[in-house]
Amino acid sequence: MAGEPAPVSWELLGAGRQLAGALKVELAGVLLGQGVEGLANEAWAYGADRVYLVEDPVLGPYRTAPYARALVELVQRYRPEILLLGATSMGRDLSGAVATALGTGLTADCTALNIDPATRLLEQTRPAFGGNVMATILCQRHRPQMATVRPRVMPLPPRQEGRQGELVRVGIDLKEEEALATVLEVIEEKGKAVYLDRAEIVVAGGRGLGSRENLRLLEELAGVLGGTLGASRAAVEAGWLPPEYQVGQTGITVRPKVYFAIGISGAIQHLVGMQNADVIVAINKDPEAPIFKVATYGIVGDFLEVVPALTEEFRRQLAARST
Amino acid sequence: MLQMVVCVKQVPDTAEVRINPRTNTLVRAGVPAILNPYDAHAVEAAVQLKEKYGGQVTALSMGPPQAEEVLRRALGMGADRAILLSDRAFAGSDTLATSYILAAAIRAIDRETPVDLVFCGKQAIDGDTAQVGPGIAARLGFTQLTYVMAIDGVDLEKRQIQVQRKLEDKREVIRGRLPALLTVVKDLNELRYASLPALIRAARATITTWSKDDLDLDPASIGLKGSPTSVRRIFAPPARPGGELIPGEPRQAAAILVAKLVQTKIIADK
Repeated sequence: MAGEPAPVSWELLGAGRQLAGALKVELAGVLLGQGVEGLANEAWAYGADRVYLVEDPVLGPYRTAPYARALVELVQRYRPEILLLGATSMGRDLSGAVATALGTGLTADCTALNIDPATRLLEQTRPAFGGNVMATILCQRHRPQMATVRPRVMPLPPRQEGRQGELVRVGIDLKEEEALATVLEVIEEKGKAVYLDRAEIVVAGGRGLGSRENLRLLEELAGVLGGTLGASRAAVEAGWLPPEYQVGQTGITVRPKVYFAIGISGAIQHLVGMQNADVIVAINKDPEAPIFKVATYGIVGDFLEVVPALTEEFRRQLAARST
Repeated sequence: MLQMVVCVKQVPDTAEVRINPRTNTLVRAGVPAILNPYDAHAVEAAVQLKEKYGGQVTALSMGPPQAEEVLRRALGMGADRAILLSDRAFAGSDTLATSYILAAAIRAIDRETPVDLVFCGKQAIDGDTAQVGPGIAARLGFTQLTYVMAIDGVDLEKRQIQVQRKLEDKREVIRGRLPALLTVVKDLNELRYASLPALIRAARATITTWSKDDLDLDPASIGLKGSPTSVRRIFAPPARPGGELIPGEPRQAAAILVAKLVQTKIIADK
């Protein structure tokens, strides 16, 4: 495709490597697009044994129909047991079309993928009902077993510089008139929360902030730490931050080193989006708030006092270390 | 004139669904059933296009008899008619079987008057899969346009629709051929309040029910039998082990916390 590969592709190679190891089979990556051959090196470096490459001008801009056709043909030719896609908007758009055309099962937004050694089946675990329930799904009699995984749910595997693999070029007869759609313009909406899912430090606020004005305190803390703002659904629904800042089941999944949950009670639908953080810091004046059950460190108190104190302390201690 | 179908789903208000930790079964008793929030925006989009270009809006749902309620809500918002697909044989359908049944119903509607546009919400809040919309488009061979945040216009003569799609960090302006299937996000429109006459009309309207025998269906492709995926088990989400509460006045607590984070180099100076 055009533009950069989504990093979730490499995360999937990490997950796929483990599954392939358990099954004692090869791991292949699929590259669809125009002028994307160079990415094969990346796929090998992140663990692929083989890369199937389909390059075609029709695959320049992403459109569902030709991408789905190319992937369906690859699956029918090479018959993988398992097919993983990133749960980006593009990945979800494509996976639904491909699974239907193949008549196989598809499990969205998996948070864990394991092989049952007895049956060699893929156990696909995902949250349902807004994260209140986890379900393990099987696709017993149809192949491939298809699953999508959200960005940042699986860790990025180490990059093995110079690792080489096999390149299989595949020609597929694609026609522009069968693409059904024309991309007229792509408007970048960068800045703001764009990198939330890759942020190392997230400073997130919830209903407890009480007003949009109080966001300023979070911005100052984020500023000192080079972090990014985030929000709970309540804060988004109150209109304090736009939806692209929302962390949780209906928002973005984050995996930062440190997640500050400020005035966030910790509803399960929020927790599923941030519980993979290395460290969770919760600040809430309600000692009974469920967020304290998952927090690495908690401070019970008024964020109006605690957050400025934290900002000042970080400024002081970080300055002391750098001198 | 546009012939439009909107797929709507009755869903439990997911915020209230829980697992019984002893039996590991879903506790759904007393959980209110609502119209999937994204589907409400899909209905609104179709009604707005009808107001602009003329045409007809059919609300379509698959579910138990009580799913009639969400169809009446769609009628109250301006849909012209409603069809409920209800049959015990549909129970247990996963997304593949569901898209098969809905596509068969849309084909039946299409035989009366050719369908130009199908609308779905971007996903349902109970399953969050976002798979049924693309599944229907794939089965019908319709142009698939997901995550639609704006509809720029329809060209009835050229048989084209132009929309804007909401992607992670960009907006895409795309023109697609009709017939097309759109899945929509909430940014697309503001929901209207149903007027009193509309509500009365919706309450009195007759809702057509189609069973499996009203549709051209392969019995092996519906319900549990037609569903490649099955649930091995459900369980409560694992709890992340809690950590320590840092006591003290705000300044004291802040100093202790910062020291911990800085010393462990979790937060280091840049």
